[in-house]
Amino acid sequence: MLSIKNLSVHYGGIHALRGISLDVPAGKIVTLIGANGAGKSTTLNAIIGLVKADSGSVSWNGQDIYGGQTKAIVESGIVLVPEGRRVFPNLSVDENLTLGAYARNDRAEIEADRERVFGLFPRLKERHKQKAGTFSGGEQQMLAVGRALMSKPKVLMMDEPSLGLAPIFVGMIFDIIRQINSIGVTVLLVEQNAKVALSVADTGYVMETGTISFSGSGQELLADDRVRRAYLGES
Amino acid sequence: MNTSKKLPMSRNTLLTLGAAVIGLVLLFVFDELFDRFTMQIFKLCAINIILALSLNLINGFTGLFSLGHAGFMAVGAYTCAILTMSPEQKEVNYVIQPIVPWLANVQFPFLPALLIGGLLAGLIGWLLGVISLRLRDDYLAIATLGFSEIIRVILTNAMTFTNGSLGLKGLARFTTMWWAWGSAILTTLFLVLLIKSSYGRAFKSIRDNEIAAESMGINVFGMKVLSFTISSFLAGIAGGLLAHYLTTIDPKQFIFLKTFDILLIVVLGGVGSITGSVVAAIVVTISMEALRFLDGPLNLGFMVTSGVPGLRMVFFSALLMVVVIYRQQGLMGKAEFSWDALSRIGLLPRRKSKSEKGGR
Repeated sequence: MLSIKNLSVHYGGIHALRGISLDVPAGKIVTLIGANGAGKSTTLNAIIGLVKADSGSVSWNGQDIYGGQTKAIVESGIVLVPEGRRVFPNLSVDENLTLGAYARNDRAEIEADRERVFGLFPRLKERHKQKAGTFSGGEQQMLAVGRALMSKPKVLMMDEPSLGLAPIFVGMIFDIIRQINSIGVTVLLVEQNAKVALSVADTGYVMETGTISFSGSGQELLADDRVRRAYLGES
Repeated sequence: MNTSKKLPMSRNTLLTLGAAVIGLVLLFVFDELFDRFTMQIFKLCAINIILALSLNLINGFTGLFSLGHAGFMAVGAYTCAILTMSPEQKEVNYVIQPIVPWLANVQFPFLPALLIGGLLAGLIGWLLGVISLRLRDDYLAIATLGFSEIIRVILTNAMTFTNGSLGLKGLARFTTMWWAWGSAILTTLFLVLLIKSSYGRAFKSIRDNEIAAESMGINVFGMKVLSFTISSFLAGIAGGLLAHYLTTIDPKQFIFLKTFDILLIVVLGGVGSITGSVVAAIVVTISMEALRFLDGPLNLGFMVTSGVPGLRMVFFSALLMVVVIYRQQGLMGKAEFSWDALSRIGLLPRRKSKSEKGGR
């Protein structure tokens, strides 16, 4: 279980996270929803160590990983698919995937995982020598997810996987998220598209200006009036 | 299936071996054939290859805009020169102030002196990297540019070490063609292997997207420092070779314009291409000499100029502008030479297996 307690982050004078606590149980899909600037991405970046937190703790299976180096956190099995895809545009699909396995040394296993990723995304296999920068948004998102899977994650954190994607790709990406989860990977998902995110999530947390205002199971939140009004555009 | 896969492999290996043999024979032939002046230019090509490759490693492959190369060259050149000079030579050279006693009687053979020069440049590169690599883009460029000027000012003023602006003269002509081209070929091979390794992939991923690289678990800062250190080491080696090629060095040679000469090669060849740097280094070095007539009196048909020194550099400026406007990626872009690429554009017969597959 990934457990976050009282995490607090400042960007200069801006208090981006005001001591949030949340639990991500092993094998589940947990989603963070909320408006722009609520601190969703900051939470993920703080967990992976890209942003340094002022206080609070992050523990993974009881082991404290707060303040650790990103490399060590990735090696422990927690990996982030950053916002806006961020594939390596001048590198080929193969090179992108190899970089996903950067923290690993087991060459045979890596090749097996590469085949697994190609199985999940046949389109990547067709174009494995092509430069990632020539891909469409949806294909780049596939590659970003595939690259993250190459690190053999126990927890996969995804920052806005549906951002800027055509509806058909949104559906596809969420199908993939379910598939990944079904093979035992814990997923922590940050989304603006609350409806889709809550429909796949076991648990949802609603964030507002650096705090968690309430939480519940995905279905509960989908039915919740406050969520419906604020994030699902229903009255 | 197996044989058809093996055969083209061996064809490429054969071609590579063949090219290596031809290259070696050519070096022998050139050594015999060319007069001393031509040989000097030929050697300079090799030194410029090392410089361009080392600058490309940091600018092209790691994506750090550094302009401190002249400084690292200077460190390598001076270290190597001081270490190889005989005690008598030092006495003759240091006329205003004698050299510090502990260096006065030191004399090393060329190879260790060259390596020490490279290592010292690498060490300084490492130090500068640790300090300045938190900066990026133009800020890093300014910081490294400033550093190379600091080195030059130190060289001008540390009389008891460097003989100040009088420079060092009468250095032994150690940089034979074999030294120059041997080092260039070793550097090229080293860089090809480095770029293909996981280090190289990490460098390129940092260039492409730093945040993504970091979230893959790559130690971004450490990798930047490593790339910077290797680049400085190679620049130091090139500096040592240059010192014993010119046989006389002074601080003015290492002003920041020297960095821009190398940057010109890198940009023309392709930022992020080893092949591009090698080809452009040779082409630019030779044309710098071939275009020397532009500096002399010119008969333009309708008028005769009395000679404008530096006119040939105008040619390179114009060329650079054309490249930046019409072909930003330079000669090669980020592509590399390969036998398969040659057959793709029709310079070599196509491989059977390829056409059978009906490649796109």
